[in-house]
Amino acid sequence: MTVGREFLWILIGTALVPLLPRALPLMLVNRLKLPGYVMKFLRHIPLALMSALAVQAVWTEGERWISPGDNLQWLAFFPALLAAVFTRSLLLTVIAGVAAAALLAMV
Amino acid sequence: MRSMKASTIGRNTESLSFRQGVMDCVPTLLGYWSIGFAAGVIEATAGLSLLEIGLLSLFLYAGSAQFIVAGMMAAGAPVMSVVATVFFVNLRHLLMSAALAPKFAACSPWKNLLIGSQLTDETFGVAAGRLTGTERHADRWMFGLNMTAHINWIAANLTGALAGGWIADPKRYGLDFALPAMFVGLAAMIVMQRKQYKKDLPVIACAAAGFALAFQWLPGYAAVMAAAVLAAIAGAVAER
Repeated sequence: MTVGREFLWILIGTALVPLLPRALPLMLVNRLKLPGYVMKFLRHIPLALMSALAVQAVWTEGERWISPGDNLQWLAFFPALLAAVFTRSLLLTVIAGVAAAALLAMV
Repeated sequence: MRSMKASTIGRNTESLSFRQGVMDCVPTLLGYWSIGFAAGVIEATAGLSLLEIGLLSLFLYAGSAQFIVAGMMAAGAPVMSVVATVFFVNLRHLLMSAALAPKFAACSPWKNLLIGSQLTDETFGVAAGRLTGTERHADRWMFGLNMTAHINWIAANLTGALAGGWIADPKRYGLDFALPAMFVGLAAMIVMQRKQYKKDLPVIACAAAGFALAFQWLPGYAAVMAAAVLAAIAGAVAER
């Protein structure tokens, strides 16, 4: 159970520096009166971010695209999407995706 | 999920609780555990002690960033370059924080500091799909969501560090698809809650195409940000 000196600096730096983008907008955006087009932009951010993150998570591994012919796991995307649309439950979506990926791993 | 209509007709006074936030976190836990467990294994392999892994999960609390810290420390990278890399990888939180801000307009800056410090992709996705900005006690709900996610994240990291050596390949059980499935589900939930398909489906297409394009030149984390900014601008322009 040791804490290295270099680790301590990395911990302090990586805990404090990313705190700025995480918390500053939440603290400040409401005090500033933002123009309408900025608010319109922000209203589209949740879906835009989740879509980009989904594409990254499903079709890339590390810093490369997966090869869809060799690695069949991405096919679990379809059962996950169907589960999301028809059950409207995030939990069932995750379970459907994991179960499908487990089945595909056996192929 | 309530419809948009309910929130636009008059003042909605749904009251939320800490407990509801805890319950709404449950669907994301498998995702946290599969990534946190893997992060714990890698952190332990990189030579971090159990205490260091606990501190990292408590104070840095970010999946991809913790992988990077472990990898760069193992490679002997200088402190400043680790901090700078983590900053850029987590810069997408800027967009999430700004997008959530109107829903916590009633909270004090200190409360928002705490809410922001516990912001993750997953909790952001859940909050964006659930909160309309008209609920009472959205802060209590958010703390329930955040605390549950954070505690499970720390537990998953520590478990991975302790047990990583003797557990078989998680890929065999499809567990590494928990996170992708969750992002798919979160995007779908946002679309189904907003019910503005003509506006939202093109935004998804722009985000996907934007990511595919940006990923040719940019690392994944930067391509995600570029694609999200592009798609949100496209969505805003299409509304005019």
